[in-house]
Amino acid sequence: MLLEVSDLHVEFRTRDGVAHAVNGVSYAVDAGQTLAVLGESGSGKSVTAQAIMGILDMPPGRITGGRVLFRGRDLLTLKEEERRRIRGAGLAMIFQDALSALNPVMTVGDQLGEMFVVHRGASRRAARARAVELMERVRIPAAAQRVRDYPHQFSGGMRQRIMIAMALALEPDLIIADEPTTALDVTVQAQVMDLLAELRREYDMGLILITHDLGVVADVADKIAVMYAGRIVEQAPVHELYRRPAHPYTRGLLESIPRLDHKGRELYAIKGLPPSLTRIPPGCAFHPRCPMAREVCRTDVPPLYEVSPTRGSACHFWRECLDGHAVDGPDRARA
Amino acid sequence: MPDQQPFEQPGEPRGPVAGTGTGGAMDLAASEAAGLAPDPGGPAPGGPAGRPRSLWSDAWHDLRRNPVFLLSALVICFLILIALWPSLIAPGNPLQCDLARAQDGPRPGHPFGYDGQGCDVYTRTVHGARASVTVGVCATLGVAVLGSVLGGLAGFFGGAWDAVLSRITDIFFAIPVVLGGLVLLSVITSSTVWPVVGFIVLLGWPQISRIARGAVITAKQHDYVQAARALGASNTRILLRHIAPNAVAPVIVVATIALGTYIALEATLSFLGVGLKPPSVSWGIEISAASPYVRNAPHALLWPAGALAVTVLAFIMLGDAVRDALDPKLR
Amino acid sequence: MGRYVARRLLQMIPVFVGATLLIFLMVNVMGDPVAGLCGERACDTATAAQLKREFGLDKPVWQQYATYMGNVFTGDFGTAFNGQPVLELMSTAFPVTIRLTLVAIVLEVVVGVALGVVTGLRRGRPVDTAVLLATLVVIAVPTFVTGLLLQLLLGVKWGWVRPSVPPQATLDQLILPGLVLASVSLAYVTRLTRTSLAENRRADYVRTAVAKGLPRRRVVVRHLLRNSLIPVVTFIGTDIGALMGGAIVTERIFNIHGVGYQLYQGILRQNTQTVVGFVTVLVLVFLVANLLVDLLYAVLDPRIRYA
Repeated sequence: MLLEVSDLHVEFRTRDGVAHAVNGVSYAVDAGQTLAVLGESGSGKSVTAQAIMGILDMPPGRITGGRVLFRGRDLLTLKEEERRRIRGAGLAMIFQDALSALNPVMTVGDQLGEMFVVHRGASRRAARARAVELMERVRIPAAAQRVRDYPHQFSGGMRQRIMIAMALALEPDLIIADEPTTALDVTVQAQVMDLLAELRREYDMGLILITHDLGVVADVADKIAVMYAGRIVEQAPVHELYRRPAHPYTRGLLESIPRLDHKGRELYAIKGLPPSLTRIPPGCAFHPRCPMAREVCRTDVPPLYEVSPTRGSACHFWRECLDGHAVDGPDRARA
Repeated sequence: MPDQQPFEQPGEPRGPVAGTGTGGAMDLAASEAAGLAPDPGGPAPGGPAGRPRSLWSDAWHDLRRNPVFLLSALVICFLILIALWPSLIAPGNPLQCDLARAQDGPRPGHPFGYDGQGCDVYTRTVHGARASVTVGVCATLGVAVLGSVLGGLAGFFGGAWDAVLSRITDIFFAIPVVLGGLVLLSVITSSTVWPVVGFIVLLGWPQISRIARGAVITAKQHDYVQAARALGASNTRILLRHIAPNAVAPVIVVATIALGTYIALEATLSFLGVGLKPPSVSWGIEISAASPYVRNAPHALLWPAGALAVTVLAFIMLGDAVRDALDPKLR
Repeated sequence: MGRYVARRLLQMIPVFVGATLLIFLMVNVMGDPVAGLCGERACDTATAAQLKREFGLDKPVWQQYATYMGNVFTGDFGTAFNGQPVLELMSTAFPVTIRLTLVAIVLEVVVGVALGVVTGLRRGRPVDTAVLLATLVVIAVPTFVTGLLLQLLLGVKWGWVRPSVPPQATLDQLILPGLVLASVSLAYVTRLTRTSLAENRRADYVRTAVAKGLPRRRVVVRHLLRNSLIPVVTFIGTDIGALMGGAIVTERIFNIHGVGYQLYQGILRQNTQTVVGFVTVLVLVFLVANLLVDLLYAVLDPRIRYA
């Protein structure tokens, strides 16, 4: 395994008490594999990624348990200097909003070249040349001229390409992309996503794709982990999950996608709001919103049941869910 | 923001502490439940369901627990009390002096000693609070009213009036305050506080007007103001109901901090001989009178200077605490 | 760029005229300009009238102002009533004040920014709290009190520095007065740097820099500081004018015969030409400093363009 996160716990001290952002998350990514992490904002998907990268704000954040094995070494126990060398070179990250994630007062060339200067000891000129190469790789027109431009002089899509180029610079083994297309126009989203998928294939890297957009996931991911209130509620190969969700939350997400063949019908929406992380409900965190909730859901935290060797679901009643029973509303159950 | 204007801010002369307005803090006011993943250290993830917090109640909630706020508020209350009734704690007559005791140190019943004229330093320090507090409070009220009306209207209506007002504030910012005070006050012989108050209002309003203008422009761009306008609300109604409540926060913060600096300014002008004049009793006059013989009788300078410093500090800290409470971004 | 500068220069004209006119009016209308000419006694009416004619003071104020400004632009700042050309006063007064301001600015930049960086990076630690408290005290205690106390302690009691400064003061003799002059601004620079650093420390681009695997030093210096110091630089720039005007108090305490001293004397003696002459130069310095700051701002922050 390239990356193996097991039983990770992260909490934040806030004015209103301790927020339990990540509560025992485990997932794994192999070289060449794409894992999509799906969840609403506040589900802990980004915090998990930040803990893996080692860029969590501490304090107020605190990692209270778990391991992050990268190529067999536990990142959480490494010395800061060793971790720093892995960041960017072995493990890179693409952020959501490239405009704020790029330094506004440095040229993109300097920001790209910096990777080679710091990690590879390249000269300024060599670094500049590599920066131009990278920009050409992500298909930025007139790269040789634009290398001297500042981030604000690029369009949103071009800026995100520069983010991608920066992550690719040292050909890392694993890239974490945190909502890489959310801030972009819909027309540009697909282009950037395709580019990312293509480059991932080319470099044979692992990719963790964090998103709240089910539509983005289907084409590029191999497997999906769905997160809710700091836990993974369902994990499955992408097509199996789409065909037969094994958790009512996943089912709710899938049914709230507008579909052309369901035209004219009322769109399904999961009722209620996600819980505050300082007051996660006891038992299954999803039970107040769950159409299948029963007494046991209020008291017992469901473990991640093994649905099949490649699938898991944290629902006491995953069998019923898988069979499509007991979802409220007559027409909504999908055969 | 490719065509942003280069920082049209020649002035904000003495106040980056004061100046950092409360710009977009209001957006954070009704921070709803849940979502906190990207910035868990940020504004609190709302209260329990159904308890919406407004900017002001949130700020008050913070302030009540802030020791800095409580301490400075306590000091200020005490100051106001002795400014109103100095004889509560200093029954003596501040004008009754005995030259034979000039520059003497402390003795029973006269804990601060005597100044160069043989007056009791304790009595004069306590009685000096009235002048400082009067100048501070009156000047701040004047500045706040004049500045926020002029600046607010300029920000709201824009156009020619705004341009003219901006130039006028530029002019005032170009004149060093102490210098203006010297010129204007050097010919006035009145020994009351009113010339000083008038002068501070005259030269102080541009600072507030600039803040108010900025705050109103920010508030004007909020969606609910646009909505009110679209629904046909009158200018007066929009200004009073929607903009003023949101623009008033930065003005209050800056005015509180300015109050402290105005008290210091009065003392400085008195030190230069153009502020209050004897027989008024004020800290600035005391310090000025004590400075020539400070080597022999430092206590005559230190006590009024200490009182002055504590007062100014209390107002600045109060303003700081209020600003922090109103602007959660800075935490 | 050229067009922007031209526009700014044009905008400066009304401000310049307004500020100088304001001072001119204040001095003329508020006081009687010939009152200070006959020694301690008031002048008798005949002498006063004659003096007024001599100096053109019987004409309307706007005409006086126009005449005066006309002369200024030919390099003639007029004469003080004691017969000394104002220009001559300036040539002795400005050098020492400029040196004083220079010392103050250097202290402000070096000490203020250093303290701001130290506290900004160690928020909440003892050193942060201590420095923050110290800046509050410095801001709260008026400059003239700080000055008197430092003069008393360092100059008189401990004898480290000379309590007053000769007219030909060298830079090292100006360190204490410079520190006093800079004190409040220095405290502001510290706090501004600290706040700016703290605001930027959580910025996304800093997180990116960390995620790139840059060493902490490089993250702080190349990414965090570069962005955080932009507002600080602009503050220091706009402060130049304020410092020169604020020299009145400092120069009085340390008995420095600079701009502040001449202005103080001029005002007390209601010497119009001296006061207006010096203020004119100060306003010019202020305006030019502000223009330079705006230009510098655009150099530091490429997002700003001249419109």
